[in-house]
Amino acid sequence: MNLLDFARGAAMKWSLAVFVFGIFWRLTGILLLHRTHDYSVPRAHGALLGALRTIIARSWPRREFRARTAYGLAVSYAFHIGLAIVVFGFVPHILLIRSLTGLGWNGLPDGVIYFCAVVTLIALIMALIRRVTHPVLKLLSNFDDYFSWVVTAAPVVTGLLTVAHYGARYETLLALHILSFEVLLVWFPFGKLMHGLLLPVARGQTGAFYARRGVNP
Amino acid sequence: MSKDDSIEVSLRKQGISRRAFMKFCAATASLLALPPAMAAVIAETLGRARRPSVIYLSYQECTGCGESLTRSFSPTLENLMFNVMSLDYYETLQAAAGTAAEAARHTAMKENWGKYLLVVDGAIPRGHDGAYCTIAGESAVDILTGAAKGAAAVISVGTCAAFGGIPHASPDPTGAVPVSQVIKDKPVINISGCPPVPEVITGVLAHYLTFGSIPELDHLGRPKVFYGDTIHDRCYRRPYYDAGKFAKTFDDEGARNGWCLFELGCKGPITYNACATVKWNQGTSYPIQSGHGCLGCSEPDFWDKGSFYQALSTGTWSGGTVLGAAVVAGAAIGVGAAVVSRRRQARADRKKQP
Ligand code: SF4
Ligand code: SF4
Repeated sequence: MNLLDFARGAAMKWSLAVFVFGIFWRLTGILLLHRTHDYSVPRAHGALLGALRTIIARSWPRREFRARTAYGLAVSYAFHIGLAIVVFGFVPHILLIRSLTGLGWNGLPDGVIYFCAVVTLIALIMALIRRVTHPVLKLLSNFDDYFSWVVTAAPVVTGLLTVAHYGARYETLLALHILSFEVLLVWFPFGKLMHGLLLPVARGQTGAFYARRGVNP
Repeated sequence: MSKDDSIEVSLRKQGISRRAFMKFCAATASLLALPPAMAAVIAETLGRARRPSVIYLSYQECTGCGESLTRSFSPTLENLMFNVMSLDYYETLQAAAGTAAEAARHTAMKENWGKYLLVVDGAIPRGHDGAYCTIAGESAVDILTGAAKGAAAVISVGTCAAFGGIPHASPDPTGAVPVSQVIKDKPVINISGCPPVPEVITGVLAHYLTFGSIPELDHLGRPKVFYGDTIHDRCYRRPYYDAGKFAKTFDDEGARNGWCLFELGCKGPITYNACATVKWNQGTSYPIQSGHGCLGCSEPDFWDKGSFYQALSTGTWSGGTVLGAAVVAGAAIGVGAAVVSRRRQARADRKKQP
């Protein structure tokens, strides 16, 4: 068994197992938490709409802070959108998703994917530079932030090396790419990457709370 | 034709012209990626060389490699190559049988001790003290070990001899191993493929005869000149791969237009072989050109890498139950954590409101 066989076999199976285990643990644990009853008379209805509105509204900068947050926000948007295009638009990735879920769609030409991957990587590096240089952000950052960055950037770097056949034999690069993604899967539920699933929950909760009080943030 | 004749003399005796011989040498030079001027060197060296003795042993194999090799016995350039060797033992082709055949092997070994080429196809079963494959009462392991002692070079032909191949595939009931695991004290040249391209086999032999040395090998013991690039590196369908145009079934529009076969399980990107350049049947075509993805037949354990029709980017594991168990276990721990937290909350609330 070579490295690629390991990456496509046992490593994929167990990383997926840890991933779904962690996701179900965290989501059931959080969603079943005790919620205190709100006995107040609601000032307005439409909690669900309020939840959705907040999820979207808070993804956009408020005018007052725009100048200060523009850089961080632009960079974040760039790598989030870039990652989404690369993960869901590249045919080999779609084939993996289809083999796991049965869902498939048409992919994008490789040139588009490579471009997005490079933009994503640049944006990720810019985000890291901001994190280590920003006086406040620097103090707020811990191991989780840096490790989450590493496991996100690693599949992008190894993926680009793989398609460029650069640095090692293709099968080794492909194995490293798959393994790096598997590390991300294992880390996802337990670190800050979980914001991918918890962010809508947390924001939605806040939005619903405000909506009940008639506040329109 | 005497065994002591030089190759050129023996060819002349067979009525093969100098011109045909030179054509063969030029083709060999180009096959080995040598500059055209090397054709003259090959002609001179081969012309003077004495026909080397070749002992060809077959073990756990399907004779596909022999089939591929014997295509060179039709009147082609490869035919020349095999007429210039003294194939002293090859069960599949020799007329002698039983004791006579074994005697031929022993004689050839004795007469050419230290100089003969040992070619092996098929894997070697080591389970039950080698009892799964015996010839004339001797196990394959013993015959191979004995014959390798006097060989100038050992050449494993086909993926079974090179890497264990299909006999070695899980669950490997006979304990099949490649030649390189039995012969440790001699360099073994692996000419993998299921079967290997015939020109690759003859090309390696020509290299050995011309230069008296084995060609440069990759980390799996395969000659780099033939196994230096992947099928994907040299595939004529590559522009479609790069453009994201894939055939999705064997009879859809993509398949008819000759688009890339990656989605249909092509293993070309991880398979090192000469199919896409040398091609098969005298350069006529190769599997991908005929509309089927590469199976990865020249790579170790190609039989155990999941379905041939499963894309390379997908997993090869099976274990839906493991994932199901992970969901249940995760949810159970999550519920448990929530219950504990609710109890604590309730206790705290009780304390607050006596
Ligand atoms: S058919 Fe196979 S070898 Fe050819 S480009 Fe597609 S994936 Fe590569
Ligand atoms: S195309 Fe692939 S599977 Fe087919 S003969 Fe060549 S290496 Fe083997």
